[in-house]
Amino acid sequence: MTENGRIVRVSGPVVTAEGISARMYDLVLAGNDGLMGEVIKIVGDNSVIQVYEDTSNVRPGEPVKKPWATSSVELGPGLLGQIYDGIQRPLPKLMEKMGDFIKRGVSEPGLSHTKKYHFIPSVKKGVKVSNGDTLGYVQETKYHRHYILANVDGKELSGLNEGDYTIDDPVGSYSDGMPVLMYHKWPVRTPRPYRKKMAPYEPLVTGQRIFDTFFPVAKGGTAAIPGPFGSGKTVSQHQLAKWSDSDIVVYVGCGERGNEMTEVLTEFPELQDPKTGSPLMDRTVLIANTSNMPVAAREASVYTGITFAEYFRDMGYNVSLMADSTSRWAEAMREISSRLEEMPGEEGFPAYLSARLSTFYERAGVVQTMSNKEASVTVIGAVSPPGGDFSEPVTQNTLRIVKVFWALDAKLAQRRHFPSVNWLTSYTLYTDITNEWFNKNVSPRWSESRQHFMTLLQKEAELQEIVQLVGSDALPPDEQLTLEIARMIREILLQQNAFHEVDSYCSIQRQMMLNEAIIEFENYAKEAVAKEIAVESIASMKARDLLSKARFEKNFEEELKKAMEYAKNEFASMGVKV
Amino acid sequence: MIDSALEYKTITKVVGPLIFVEKTHAVGYNEIVSLRLEDGTIKRGQVMDSSNKAVVVQVFEGTAGINRNASVKFLGDTMHLPVSGDILGRIFSGSGEPIDGGMNIIPEDKLDINGSAINPYARDSPNEFIQTGISTIDGMNTLVRGQKLPIFSSSGLPHNDIALQIARQAQVKESSGGQFAVVFAAMGITNEEAQYFMRDFERTGALKRAVIYLNLASDPAIERLITPRLALTAAEYLAFTMDLHVLVILTDITNYAEALREIGAAREEVPGRRGYPGYMYTDFAMLYERAGRIKGKKGSITQFPILTMPGDDKTHPIPDLSGYITEGQILVSRDLHRKGIYPPINVLPSLSRLMNQGIGKGKTREDHKAISDQLYAAYAEGIDLRGLVAIVGKEALSERDRLFLDFADLFEEKFVQQGRNENRDIETTLSIGWDLVSTLPETSLTRIDRKYIEKYHPKYAKKE
Repeated sequence: MTENGRIVRVSGPVVTAEGISARMYDLVLAGNDGLMGEVIKIVGDNSVIQVYEDTSNVRPGEPVKKPWATSSVELGPGLLGQIYDGIQRPLPKLMEKMGDFIKRGVSEPGLSHTKKYHFIPSVKKGVKVSNGDTLGYVQETKYHRHYILANVDGKELSGLNEGDYTIDDPVGSYSDGMPVLMYHKWPVRTPRPYRKKMAPYEPLVTGQRIFDTFFPVAKGGTAAIPGPFGSGKTVSQHQLAKWSDSDIVVYVGCGERGNEMTEVLTEFPELQDPKTGSPLMDRTVLIANTSNMPVAAREASVYTGITFAEYFRDMGYNVSLMADSTSRWAEAMREISSRLEEMPGEEGFPAYLSARLSTFYERAGVVQTMSNKEASVTVIGAVSPPGGDFSEPVTQNTLRIVKVFWALDAKLAQRRHFPSVNWLTSYTLYTDITNEWFNKNVSPRWSESRQHFMTLLQKEAELQEIVQLVGSDALPPDEQLTLEIARMIREILLQQNAFHEVDSYCSIQRQMMLNEAIIEFENYAKEAVAKEIAVESIASMKARDLLSKARFEKNFEEELKKAMEYAKNEFASMGVKV
Repeated sequence: MIDSALEYKTITKVVGPLIFVEKTHAVGYNEIVSLRLEDGTIKRGQVMDSSNKAVVVQVFEGTAGINRNASVKFLGDTMHLPVSGDILGRIFSGSGEPIDGGMNIIPEDKLDINGSAINPYARDSPNEFIQTGISTIDGMNTLVRGQKLPIFSSSGLPHNDIALQIARQAQVKESSGGQFAVVFAAMGITNEEAQYFMRDFERTGALKRAVIYLNLASDPAIERLITPRLALTAAEYLAFTMDLHVLVILTDITNYAEALREIGAAREEVPGRRGYPGYMYTDFAMLYERAGRIKGKKGSITQFPILTMPGDDKTHPIPDLSGYITEGQILVSRDLHRKGIYPPINVLPSLSRLMNQGIGKGKTREDHKAISDQLYAAYAEGIDLRGLVAIVGKEALSERDRLFLDFADLFEEKFVQQGRNENRDIETTLSIGWDLVSTLPETSLTRIDRKYIEKYHPKYAKKE
């Protein structure tokens, strides 16, 4: 059933129509070209529509159609490895249909309706199923079973049949005759249901020392990476997407650069999933709504992403969602809000900015799914504060919600200290959970060494203030040593080269070995200083050099051991007992 | 369908660059408008808001001379640029009219000046190294084909010289075919500055391979909003239809942003930071994102936007929003300029995001990344020590620190400093880098793999 109306006003992406009795967030096709849009405001008989495509040449009087559906995405087999725009149009398909540039008025279903998948049922006839229950699965990639989830309210199954189907073919039916399909539609702004939310209990292992050792995020947790331009937000997000031990990664490029998405597209298929060894693309869904693509679709892209993430969560997977950048999303809200002539809040952002951000981050979490599996969605949002000023509204509203704050620092980035996460201002509220997990699963000394390093770095910051005034020679030797060890922590642990084949990923076991090595070195050095050996000669030891380079070596363990042997010999020759 | 010959005399309001017209037929958003004034002057504009009741038109040439008797004609389409291969070597006004005395272009195609977004899936990754012959760019902030790399500068600094030197010297290392072309868009720069560019283009013969759009300081500000769009439309045609490697110089983005603010204010929009419109990020992106390469196409678009930072402030919305869209920035520093160093590029806040894709074995040299990281780290440390020396004096420094302090000076003298016509190849740039780091103790070269030290460090290289 379709209703027909007419356009009465066009102002950029905001189109006003009369003659349709729309509900909020209903899908609408506007103009002669049938441009996709969504109802965002109702005033009397007029519906205000945000249109996802360019509205040039659209005139008052053109038709508006409303096919009676809310704007929603298709969830089913075929999502993995795909790249979409903000409203789930597959970009490769769009390229086939309209060439290298994105033209308007082309709609394309999110999933392939012609490809056949082999469906294996897991529920017997006569069982009553409801929303989110598993009906069976499709082996979508070598390592990923795509579970088919029911989208009905308590219906009895009258049978499911194994076989090869397209997503439009019924794979069985319910007792009332309704066919069972492998996909369903879901309105992106509605969170998917779960049985119960639980507290996070294990870390998301990322292979990045600054994140795992110093500021870990829990699976099902939320983190924000704010930083000025050039501080490495995107590289950090890419590293997390590449190396984190999630089952599925949803990467949303929201209002960012086109060339960056190209980088992901060329790199990911060649990289290996650290968990399974299969191509990284197999566990990834990309959403690319670059900065010059329509803002309304950018506004929707974040919701599309989180809906995908929840869908895979409902299958029992640990999913992480990277949103780069949530500031661009907030700006899209601001732009549309100002076209609606709404009363602005802080810095022109709409008054509902904070509410929108918190509802988005609240869709993260560890849950017990409707089919009683334990699964999680971790949300990591990049924030791009204007002028690198963290007091602006998007950063501040985000910090009120997230539990982990990775503050990127332009000064560190300028001296090529990457990842340029400032160790003094960043924080994590998950240490209780993660310390326990790491102590149990990696080494009982994990939390102790982390705390030791944090204390040293804090001490260094205090000493640096004195050094600024009087120079480092004026410090007593033990404090000079503190500075030297802190320098080692910064160079060896905190810095990590994302573009180095070995250093790009550092397993938690290796991280612990490095931690132990530095602590051992520090203990010898303390004794050496007690024997009045000059700190400068400790700093210029060959072993220190070896220690700092071990992380680049393929046979890391051996090289590290060699470095420590070397250190022992050197310290022994200084008269230190080893 | 629509009688586009209809002329209206129903202007109800004129505010700044905007006019409000009533009782029209259904007019399309972004449609082009022709205005005839009482004295016969013709002006052009564009529809910014269209409803049943009234249409808002933004007038490109400014609203001077318009009264309620002016007649308005809607042309039925958005703005299109006539293009053909003959645009090379031509000079146009900021609204696309030929001003070199030549004929009008006989179009092979008419392209919408707003362009369309390149499908991210259709993009090819930019990874071909462009050698500019400037060490601070090639060595430390490498440019690649299809990149957009702005020059962040300030009034009174030689950014124009740098842009011209790049335009002159830019070449791809191993000629992978395809010719360069330059598209130059001037937005609100002075006649003198424009002459400077033109003279250089003529002197070096670059004019034959250039397309020039000039909106000078004396031209209407509103026209500045379409000038870069014309230039980029021409660039897209040259790159993706004519297979040329196009270098686009846009100067000065700051003037463009001012025009954007003017329109925003006239429309009584809610302003964002410092009065600039909230959509300035998106608007900038519509320009900057028109750089790149496309799979299966031979040509490419590389952008060099130049912007002057008001008050040398990098956090001002113009450089700030640009920095978030472009793939890095080249920062021109007043301090270095005062020291008499040319090009006064401060490498520390400069950045090329696509550098890693364009350097290394087979592209520049295997040790490029390592040596550049080491130069960065050492220079940053040297600069920090300068601050310290100002307080405690050089005597209080350790031996190691003194070496880093000297390194910073050497770096500025030998590496940054070069002649306006000095074209250094990448080998020269890298070997200057190695000479400089060899003044530092070997144990402090933590950014460089052992194998490169053994191969390229002058100390070992001499032994062979």
